[in-house]
Amino acid sequence: MTAVPLAHVLVLAGILFVVGLVGVLARRNLLFMLLGVEIMLNAAGLAFVAAGSRWAAADGQVMFVFILAMAAAEVAVGLALVLLLYRRRGNLDPDAGGGDA
Amino acid sequence: MAGILFYLSAAVAVAATIMVIIQRNAVHALLYLIVSLLALAIIFWLLGAPFVAALEVVVYAGAIIVLFVFVVMMIGPDTVARAPRAWIGPVILGTVLAMELAYVLTGSAGHPVGEGAVQPREVGLSLFGPYAVAAELAAFLLLAGVVGAYHLGRREGRER
Repeated sequence: MTAVPLAHVLVLAGILFVVGLVGVLARRNLLFMLLGVEIMLNAAGLAFVAAGSRWAAADGQVMFVFILAMAAAEVAVGLALVLLLYRRRGNLDPDAGGGDA
Repeated sequence: MAGILFYLSAAVAVAATIMVIIQRNAVHALLYLIVSLLALAIIFWLLGAPFVAALEVVVYAGAIIVLFVFVVMMIGPDTVARAPRAWIGPVILGTVLAMELAYVLTGSAGHPVGEGAVQPREVGLSLFGPYAVAAELAAFLLLAGVVGAYHLGRREGRER
């Protein structure tokens, strides 16, 4: 790394991860919680790619491809669940569960 | 010079990501998320990972965001028209990214930071060489995702 130290990239990944985590914890909307999960997965991928770039190895990018596949599968199933919940309950509040479903 | 581009992209990514989680409207949040993903794509390119940068744009900003937009439209974008100025923020951040991209494409940015770019050929050789089993597992996962999404998304009551 000539211009940007690895630590700065990892700090950026940490910031993005924390922002995504706050999104998951603070928002009371299933759609926004899924967005937060996506942000966190992206930050983890950034850390992988940064580490792979530090040692000029392809492994980091391979791990990002796996994260990408996992994120795609997770979003497909998660959004299908969100649609199902919305059809049955009429809202997207994760706290609205309980025994009345 | 690539360092300045990196910090600029990082600032855009953090700002756009924070805007994602504080938006009330899902469509506006998706706009900001697209900007955030594009900023990350530029960061990936600067880190010497052009293949990952392309995947970020095509798969994340292309496919996954389209899925989100479909679901938002099916659920009902109830408050879309109430904030007519909502496009200004993403446009400003996107303009910064576009200027960075134009600067990079002129070729004056030099080589990416890091130990040199890892080309897609090496990534492919690694993916289907030592990581072949993991690639097969990812294929299983995607198949399970497709079947699960189809099963969950079908109309209820039709199976009788």
